[in-house]
Amino acid sequence: MHNYALRRLFGVPFVIWGVLFVLLPLFFVLQQGLTDAEGAFSLATLGEALQWEYLKALGLSVGLALVSTVICLILGYPLCLILREHRQQNGLLIFLLFLLPLWMNSLLTTMAWQTILERHGVLNMLLGALSLPALNIVNTPAAIVIGMVYNFLPYMVLPLYVAIVKVDNSVIEAARDLGATHWQTLRYVLLPLTRAGIISGCTMVFIPALTTFVISALLGGNKVLLIGNIIEQEFTAAYDWQLGSALSMVLMVFIILNMIVEFFTSAQQRKEAV
Amino acid sequence: MNSKFSLWRRALLAALLVLVPVLCAGCDMFAEEEEEDDNVVYVYSWGDYLDPEVMEQFEAETGIHVVLDEFDTNESMYPRIKEGAEAYDVLCPSDYMIQKLIENDLLQPLNYAQLPNARQYIGQDYLQQSEAFDPGNRYAIPYCWGLVGIMYNTKLVDEPVDSWSILWEPKYKGEILMQDSARDAFMIPLKMLGYSMNTTDPAQLAQARDMLIQQKPLVQAYGVDDIRDKLSSGEAALGVIFSGEAINLLESNPDLAYQMAPKEGTNAWIDGWVIPKNARHVANAHRFIDFLCRPDIAAKNFEALGYSTPNTGVRELVEEDMEDEELAIAFPEPEVYLGQETYQYLGEAADKLYTKLWLQVKTE
Repeated sequence: MHNYALRRLFGVPFVIWGVLFVLLPLFFVLQQGLTDAEGAFSLATLGEALQWEYLKALGLSVGLALVSTVICLILGYPLCLILREHRQQNGLLIFLLFLLPLWMNSLLTTMAWQTILERHGVLNMLLGALSLPALNIVNTPAAIVIGMVYNFLPYMVLPLYVAIVKVDNSVIEAARDLGATHWQTLRYVLLPLTRAGIISGCTMVFIPALTTFVISALLGGNKVLLIGNIIEQEFTAAYDWQLGSALSMVLMVFIILNMIVEFFTSAQQRKEAV
Repeated sequence: MNSKFSLWRRALLAALLVLVPVLCAGCDMFAEEEEEDDNVVYVYSWGDYLDPEVMEQFEAETGIHVVLDEFDTNESMYPRIKEGAEAYDVLCPSDYMIQKLIENDLLQPLNYAQLPNARQYIGQDYLQQSEAFDPGNRYAIPYCWGLVGIMYNTKLVDEPVDSWSILWEPKYKGEILMQDSARDAFMIPLKMLGYSMNTTDPAQLAQARDMLIQQKPLVQAYGVDDIRDKLSSGEAALGVIFSGEAINLLESNPDLAYQMAPKEGTNAWIDGWVIPKNARHVANAHRFIDFLCRPDIAAKNFEALGYSTPNTGVRELVEEDMEDEELAIAFPEPEVYLGQETYQYLGEAADKLYTKLWLQVKTE
């Protein structure tokens, strides 16, 4: 009993944290988004947030975030399979190398990408030296996707690696013994067993990609406007906190949808495991 | 007994939760009391907008301690003044924002008796220009000013640049840098169409928006400070840039040239010192403003910042060290700047319209 009280005490900082930095800010956003300039309850701002220009930016954000997530998954899954094979030898080293970019400020790495992709940047200098035509990537959606994939790949690799390493070798060997090809082993054994890892990896890439405004500002030349940029503009340049909050609420719908999907799939998996 | 124990802990915790904020608030009050001293002036200005040496000199000469806070946009400054959370003594906003502060009754009139240097050295032209946003010059003393022009790379642009229309030339696709703010972006097509840059007519603004949408495929990027770097490194051929930044830029890359006043007309901006209504050290604020109007001090600030000064005593102090091209930009002939428009505050509804139309351009 005494132990129980002590354990509860350890939970207190988390409760304080959650109230101060999660619930209160959320409450303020809802309060700003659902009131008019005089502070009375109103749905007008929320209606304003649903106009065509904002929806277009939101659609573009969802599209680019999806593309980045899929690319991260395609890059990350085989990598984790390789890491699984080599975990006895130098797998850890490779793993660390992939996490290394997280130790650097993402603003810096994104600016480095700007220098690489610029019209007279590193990439085009290399292409020029090889007598190849220059590429015009910077300030296009493609540059933003590159920036997102680079910045968020570690968030895909981490949960995937944890899930893939946990798969018992004997399960894979059994599949092979029973005559499954490599592809069939992947399709019917590995993928289903690592579904939770895939889903949480996708969530961890999708949500920051959906809300980013730094990557799109630096690599999009402010020509490609994502919903994050618009919210940032509403709060800083236009000083319209009501509209900014209403837009955040619209964005939150997508994040919550994403979390619901994750919750149900992981619950289902737990049930299957039992 | 155990449950009693946990109850005791809970009580302690509750007490802590209540006490900590109270203690913190107490500390704050204590700290403020200590700084409550009459020999200070609270200054709120743009980042890097005062030579640090000048502030040291002011403290040494007057014994008044300068507390400096900085802002990076007029828009981020405004709410802090409006809420009155901090009582600043002097501010340095731009033209249209000064007008907004005046209209919302947040400033107090200046006492010119305490501003002898300002009366003697601030040029008539600039005071007249300021009347657009501060009728009768009751509230603001101009500090820096400039024009918005086109910086171009002579290696990539071999025709004469005298009109905004070059920014719509298809052959410069991907070579053009535009300012990333609604007013600065709309100013250009509005002048090309022969309208005022202070228009609120939806039809005129829609026309300007269509021109910006038409121009968008040619634009490499919309930027603020990064325009400087990209022009300097030759990443773009043409960029819209403020005259105050032009001098340093011309020094950094000899291929660059500057057209400070395209023929359709451009924006003449003025930043000025004002005193908010809730200032607590009004006399110190006046001394601070007047100190900045002293020619030797204004010259120091001019050399540190590069922005044009409305101070008529500065040119003779600095012209020896400057080249003709630089002088022409820093101290333009009156016919270049007279008659150029200055931004005015257009009211909340018009602000929203500009934001909305700019968004339509950006999301196109």
